[in-house]
Amino acid sequence: MRRRIGIDVGGTNTDAVLLEDDRVLHAIKTPTTADVLTGVRLALQDVARAMGPQGVQAVMIGTTHFVNAVVQRRDLAPVGALRIGMPASQSLPPFCDWPEDLAALVRGQVHMVEGGFDYDGRPIMPLDEAAVAAAARAMKAAGIACVAVSGIFSPLDPAMEDRAEAIIRDVMPDAAITLSHDLGRIGLLERENVGLLNACLAPLARHTVQAFEEALRQAGIAAPLYITQNDGTVIRAELAARFPVLSFASGPTNSMRGAAFLTGLKDALVVDVGGTTSDIGALKAGFPREANAIVQVGGVRTLFRMPDLLSIGLGGGSHVAQQDGRITIGPRSVGFRLPELARIFGGPQLTTSDIAVRAGLLALGDASRVGDVTPRFAQAVLAEAARMLEESVDRMKTDAAAVPLLAVGGGAFLVPDRLPGVSEVLRPAHAAVANAVGAAIAQVSGEADQVFQGMTRIEAMAEAERIARARAEEAGADGATLALVDIEDLPIAYLPGGAIRVRARVVGEIAASG
Amino acid sequence: MREITLDEIEALAVGAWVLGTGGGGSPYLGLLNMRRLYADGRRVSLMDPDELADDDMVAVVSNMGAPLVGQERLVDSANIARAVTLMEEYLGKPFRAIMSVEIGGNNGVQPFLAAAELDRPVVDADAMGRAYPEAQMTSFAVGDLKPWPLSLVDPRGIEGIVAKVPTWKWMERLSRKMCVEVGSIAATCKAPRTGAEVKRWGILRTTTQAIKLGQAIRLAQKEHRDPVQAILESEKGLLLFRGKVADIARRTTEGFLRGTAKLDGLDEWRGQGFELAFQNEWAVGWQDGVPRVMTPDLICVLDTVSGEAIGTETLRYGQRVTVVALPAPSVFLSPRGLDFVGPRAFGYDLDFRSVFAGAAA
Repeated sequence: MRRRIGIDVGGTNTDAVLLEDDRVLHAIKTPTTADVLTGVRLALQDVARAMGPQGVQAVMIGTTHFVNAVVQRRDLAPVGALRIGMPASQSLPPFCDWPEDLAALVRGQVHMVEGGFDYDGRPIMPLDEAAVAAAARAMKAAGIACVAVSGIFSPLDPAMEDRAEAIIRDVMPDAAITLSHDLGRIGLLERENVGLLNACLAPLARHTVQAFEEALRQAGIAAPLYITQNDGTVIRAELAARFPVLSFASGPTNSMRGAAFLTGLKDALVVDVGGTTSDIGALKAGFPREANAIVQVGGVRTLFRMPDLLSIGLGGGSHVAQQDGRITIGPRSVGFRLPELARIFGGPQLTTSDIAVRAGLLALGDASRVGDVTPRFAQAVLAEAARMLEESVDRMKTDAAAVPLLAVGGGAFLVPDRLPGVSEVLRPAHAAVANAVGAAIAQVSGEADQVFQGMTRIEAMAEAERIARARAEEAGADGATLALVDIEDLPIAYLPGGAIRVRARVVGEIAASG
Repeated sequence: MREITLDEIEALAVGAWVLGTGGGGSPYLGLLNMRRLYADGRRVSLMDPDELADDDMVAVVSNMGAPLVGQERLVDSANIARAVTLMEEYLGKPFRAIMSVEIGGNNGVQPFLAAAELDRPVVDADAMGRAYPEAQMTSFAVGDLKPWPLSLVDPRGIEGIVAKVPTWKWMERLSRKMCVEVGSIAATCKAPRTGAEVKRWGILRTTTQAIKLGQAIRLAQKEHRDPVQAILESEKGLLLFRGKVADIARRTTEGFLRGTAKLDGLDEWRGQGFELAFQNEWAVGWQDGVPRVMTPDLICVLDTVSGEAIGTETLRYGQRVTVVALPAPSVFLSPRGLDFVGPRAFGYDLDFRSVFAGAAA
């Protein structure tokens, strides 16, 4: 028997569930508090009462706290950036493509030293260790406590970043040091940006994770704490305190994973219909398919492992209009002001919720206030919503066969029971706390993304999988349960010797206790 | 001659990526250099080819190598500028102006980096009108102009000159070897051209073309109009197919990214299929098995919604894309031009037939 607590700290609500195997034993929704931690403590105490003396094996928390700090430009520490790669890359120093307001807060010092690797593993230059030490002394003198180290082709060979860390650690024993190869893929600027973001969040992350642990103690829960990551897996809390950027986008991921769990389906599409948008994602082997593109966070280009989501302007609060006989829905929405602006609440704006009430799909507000809407018009609006969903569902599909669609979120009434290309529409119970359920069921992952040379394609893919497995175990996974969930290879133009870039990802259950 | 604004360079980066026809690397890193140089007060002027005197010397620059390596080693204006001054030292005379060998992709922006560093104008021309994978696939090669010398620069203080070669193919082979040896990325200055040669054999006013194309796309995006339509109008292009990527297969052979992409039709193409073959750039497209479009016509694969170009390295399963064709520079339509860049130059035993030949009739 496995019992876990899952918590999702969102912008509006803090949700918590107690899960026993595949059953939701208890669920609670509380408002998120300004200090975040009070809400978590209240939710934990509530669940702890329901838990009884048996206890739980693990507590998983998903939070948007760190990404909000970047977006809102608060609680960020100044960072000393050290790039290893000179004389290459000289004209584009760290922070070169950051929004100026954010750079002004985070850019403590910038140092660029000789070193780095070529694609084939030869050093561009030997690492200039004296320059690294000098940079460390300068950062220490300025009172900088957070350092981000990035080296050219470090995902291929992390040796120089590791060596630089040791040199800095000698000078600044207490510094929070982020190494880019721990976080990113090929693409120096994007990987470095992730490292810089991570470093500037280090004090906040340490403080937040300590507070979560304190909340656990106060609730009398002895189980280990994990934090959910962008990709639907978790890392141990102490690791999350070092890598806050890995927990940036866990909300939608947890919601999709929770929906999958509640229905028992591993390959499906998920539509989360909120007040303003519908987010559609694809589950593959129980995990969200990842986006392959540049992701901007707070105006900074990154290559995060983020779910591939398609957002369309269709939600429960979307404006409904008719022009020249054509019905339009959204993208404007009354959003959280639905109880004030929608017709069913006496407001002036016709919304999709009004239409759903008129069509008998939803019991909300005062149905008599939409009596003037003709049934024919209501059906036409619902048909338009269905068309919008159909198009997006088709876009997110990965093959021609019909797939199940899991509908969650407050606006899920807009999803019709039948859609072309969809085998069935499922509306799971507890859909309102799907995100906390998603946190509770999270697994541990490991990833590799490297250029391999002088190997056959099969050998390169096996090596990538081996690296991914080692990383998963380091992150707290039970090695025996690890399974390969994604592998892809990309031969590299112009490079001789059959150079091939391989990405591999494995996931597994959390090891018994560590 | 007129001064170019940073906004025009931003537009150039967008337009050059479309003209890259799937290759040439993203212009983003070159654009970042230009933002820095303009912030430092540097300015670049664009020169019409007609303003060149016949005996003016023009530097032809390109950043050579694998786009993926460029993502790590980045792009540095000092390197491309050094390739130009190295060539000047070798020749013993100065360049009047700088131009790109290819307007498509990252190299569309490269001459601006050198020009800003060296305070010279950029000539409004290139030698491809797009991006092509190999050094002999230029209008200068079609014109049988001298393929040598070439300078090559790596920031570690490695500087090379290829002093003489008998053919453009030999220049491709030697310079490719040097480039791989220094890490598969290098700043190069190709065989210098005279003003007369540029005016006779250059593909003229392609910088302006790329800027206008980028401006049209950016304006359409801003006004929430269809950017694909804006590209077709700006370039007098043809919409060929709209669909969803159903399969993508890539392989590396002889140092290039080759492969095929299959699309399943959407909208009025529902039920039909489109297949694209590429060697770094898109080369040939078949509709339901029948050759529909082929090099040297420009084949662009665009994100159906955003109108952004999609590269052969980044196209992926499930994307919704629109395939368009843009007219090829006339220099490549002659029998000799087709020898260099027609379908047979890419290994496809097809007689070239322009997709625009039927449309004009």
